[in-house]
Amino acid sequence: MNEWMNGRMMNDKHLLFAYSHIRTFTIRYSPFAIRLLPLVFLAVFFFYPLLAIFRLSLAPQGHLDLAAPAKLVSTTYYARTLWFTTWQATVSTLLTVILAMPGAYIFARYRFPGKSLLQALTTVPFVMPTIVVAAAFNALLGPRSHLNLALMALFGLQRPPINLQHTIWIILLAHVFYNYTVVLRIVGGFWANLNPRLEEAARLLGADSWRAFWQVTLPLLAPALVAAALLVFIFCFTSFGVVLILGGPRFATLEVEIYRQTVHLFNLPLAATLSLAQITLTLAMTSVYTRLQARTARPLQLRPQQTTQRWPTTWRDRALVGGNVVFMVVLLLTPLLALAERSLWTGRGYALTNYSELFVNRRGSVFFVPPVEAVRNSLAFAALTVGLALVLGVIGAYLLADRKSRLSRWLDPIFMLPLGTSAVTLGFGYIIALDRPPLNLRTSPLLIPIAHTLVAFPFVVRAVLPVLRGIHPHLRESASVLGASPARVWREIDLPIVSRALLVGAVFAFTISMGEFGATSLIARPQMPTMPIAIYRFLGQPGALNYGQALAMSTLLMLVCAMGFLSIERFRYGEVGEF
Amino acid sequence: MPILEIHHLTKSYGDERFPDDISFTVNEGEIVCLLGPSGCGKTTLLRIIAGLETADAGQVLFAGRDVRDVPVHHRNFGLMFQDYALFPHKNVFENVAFGLRMMHLPRTEVETRVREVLELVGLSGFEERDVNLLSGGEQQRVALARSLAPRPRLLMLDEPLGSLDRTLRERLMNELRAILKGVGVTAIYVTHDQEEAFTVADRVVIMNHGRKVQEGTPQDVYQNPATEFVARFLGLTNLLPGKVVGVGKGHAEVETEIGRLEISNLGIGNWELGVEATVLIRPEAAGVITESPLADDNAIVGTLVERSFRGGYYRLVIRHASGLHLSFTVQAISESLPPLGASICLSLRSEAISLLPRVQN
Repeated sequence: MNEWMNGRMMNDKHLLFAYSHIRTFTIRYSPFAIRLLPLVFLAVFFFYPLLAIFRLSLAPQGHLDLAAPAKLVSTTYYARTLWFTTWQATVSTLLTVILAMPGAYIFARYRFPGKSLLQALTTVPFVMPTIVVAAAFNALLGPRSHLNLALMALFGLQRPPINLQHTIWIILLAHVFYNYTVVLRIVGGFWANLNPRLEEAARLLGADSWRAFWQVTLPLLAPALVAAALLVFIFCFTSFGVVLILGGPRFATLEVEIYRQTVHLFNLPLAATLSLAQITLTLAMTSVYTRLQARTARPLQLRPQQTTQRWPTTWRDRALVGGNVVFMVVLLLTPLLALAERSLWTGRGYALTNYSELFVNRRGSVFFVPPVEAVRNSLAFAALTVGLALVLGVIGAYLLADRKSRLSRWLDPIFMLPLGTSAVTLGFGYIIALDRPPLNLRTSPLLIPIAHTLVAFPFVVRAVLPVLRGIHPHLRESASVLGASPARVWREIDLPIVSRALLVGAVFAFTISMGEFGATSLIARPQMPTMPIAIYRFLGQPGALNYGQALAMSTLLMLVCAMGFLSIERFRYGEVGEF
Repeated sequence: MPILEIHHLTKSYGDERFPDDISFTVNEGEIVCLLGPSGCGKTTLLRIIAGLETADAGQVLFAGRDVRDVPVHHRNFGLMFQDYALFPHKNVFENVAFGLRMMHLPRTEVETRVREVLELVGLSGFEERDVNLLSGGEQQRVALARSLAPRPRLLMLDEPLGSLDRTLRERLMNELRAILKGVGVTAIYVTHDQEEAFTVADRVVIMNHGRKVQEGTPQDVYQNPATEFVARFLGLTNLLPGKVVGVGKGHAEVETEIGRLEISNLGIGNWELGVEATVLIRPEAAGVITESPLADDNAIVGTLVERSFRGGYYRLVIRHASGLHLSFTVQAISESLPPLGASICLSLRSEAISLLPRVQN
């Protein structure tokens, strides 16, 4: 995500040297077929389904037929969907930026106790599956939440006073919750390295602090700010789980509409057209984002953070830091804590009933099997995803590490494409492309880990690539001179150095697979649900027990993802990770 | 009449205090140099005067008024940072014009003034240039122009030549003084380089570990370093312990491990018989003598261990029989110097030897 921040600080000459060697290394010693693997995988499981979407949208009967696109334009409903998708994304982005800027400032300019812990915690929401976030907000503010129950008891009300369920407010709130850390990390990280002397110079030249901010700091932050805002906008534009579950039937983004057209109405040509519109828009935005990243020509006199940060000393400093810390904790942690707390609630007291129920197969249950099967499925899919994503990701990273080759310059954006494509679109593509010969995987349980791998692949590449590029060529040369064969060099030098990055990539792949909802919701077989699918079904059922089980399973998923994320933070090499 | 008065400024960082009870004054139009090793609290002192940091104790008076409650942007003090802090998103003109725009001057006036200061620093015609593409020396001039443009009442320069290479630095030192004096601005100049301080300053304040150790004109300070630290910091390294064995009017005699020395530069101290002191022998004190030395000649004999030709003079290092190394600069011709490793006899001029208080450990 912030590749452009780290990339800038690297020593170009040194890197150039490193690439030249990697080039000879990879080109000379790795068999051609192995290098083709990621490309073949992308071609079959990404471009082929994409192509199927094109075909179904523009030529459902084999010849050009623009009925579906025409319907898109002729009916105001779809224009309204696009309009809603756009404005809710805009408002969510503005809200997120406005609320996160003070936080970015205190992270950039102050040192305070517990800062690194808070920094890690603020990122936890970002890695939460949408289904967990939806359940968490439901647990915190929903009609059955303790907040509402307490208020009802206190004032003798008949109905819950806080009624955000199925309103735009809960959607906006969830989007801010999700993306706060994007602005915090990108803008705050950039800001922390910005030379504070610049603002001081402006102050000495007679600018008050507000003017110094507008005239000097803000223009310098602009690239980071715009990049962060654009990224948040893309995330909100393609928002699925949040809108589907928290928004209810009244609200639909393009993403939700694709899902409904496919699953409920079975209007595949229309769903394909919507997907096409969605792909076009997100790819356009992603390319603007990458271009912004590349526009780093302005040398910014970046400074190491130790020299730019201070302890809060005056009461104003302390109020600013304290206020923001409280805000972050309330916004980002209370929903998750409420989820855990509510999952233990049985109506009379705290117990593990909701958890133990997961192991029971009741009559009339939404499952043909005990819900714990979903946990087993998720774990199995995640394990497969980790294996696949690591193999493909490492090969992909080696291909990209050679920056001198023309191939790698082409491959870099192509490898990132799955990031810019929505999961629902991907799942939809699988449904229409991979259900008939030559490739009939519709009934294969492998389809799910394959979809997850596609989502996880770019993350593994980004985790491994910088470390790979950072290996000093002298290390490999020394090993060769000392008599190691190429394979031995890889085992003795590359592997140990890259291993921590591999671990990071593996954890990424694992958490992504565990929480993936968009694609899975379309391709999962009814008798083989994953945890997010099970939660979604529980949430859709009436009764306290179903609700309790949804929260219990969400809590388990939350713990898995939080632990995964915190271990990534531990294993990461300083600030080397590229996102 | 001092325009700036610093009274007992102190700022604590944990157990350490930088600066520690510093007081000095600056007269209108004067250039005062804060000279000291890096980390001695000079920069913090500047930042306190500028209002970027607050002192724990002490006062800053400007034109007789305490500036404590005047916010940074109302002080009209200039500060030139060591890294210049040029705004990377603005060109040369916009950088220099920034302070003038903050004063809400009309556009034409801003343009005139910018042109004027750019000419002053020798950068006419650089208005549209990208500051990121300028050389180090040019950036330094832009920073100076930007600081001077709003006609600051006090200009502070924090190691302004610190990031430039040696030859450029030597050229700019003289030029900088000429510009500052030409404008007549009151200035505080921070550096750790003694040569730079002596070239630019009217007066120097020498600091060590947050404290002021000496203050005076460059000549004063060099002639009469107050402590061993000052002497060493100014490059005077021939320091040896001695005991006063004879005192007369304006001269004294000390017993040292290289023999008895006659001193006729007593400086500020009051010396009594039997006092332990540190003897400072200036490098220019020595002359080579070829005939056999007389006992009362302030003569020393040693082995020549280093000899380097420096253009106008030779630099010699001799090792005395006691094991002590002393270095001197002598005007000599090559033929009059013995070869390395041979014995050499030097006579020391009594007015180039002085006494410093012995540091008590």
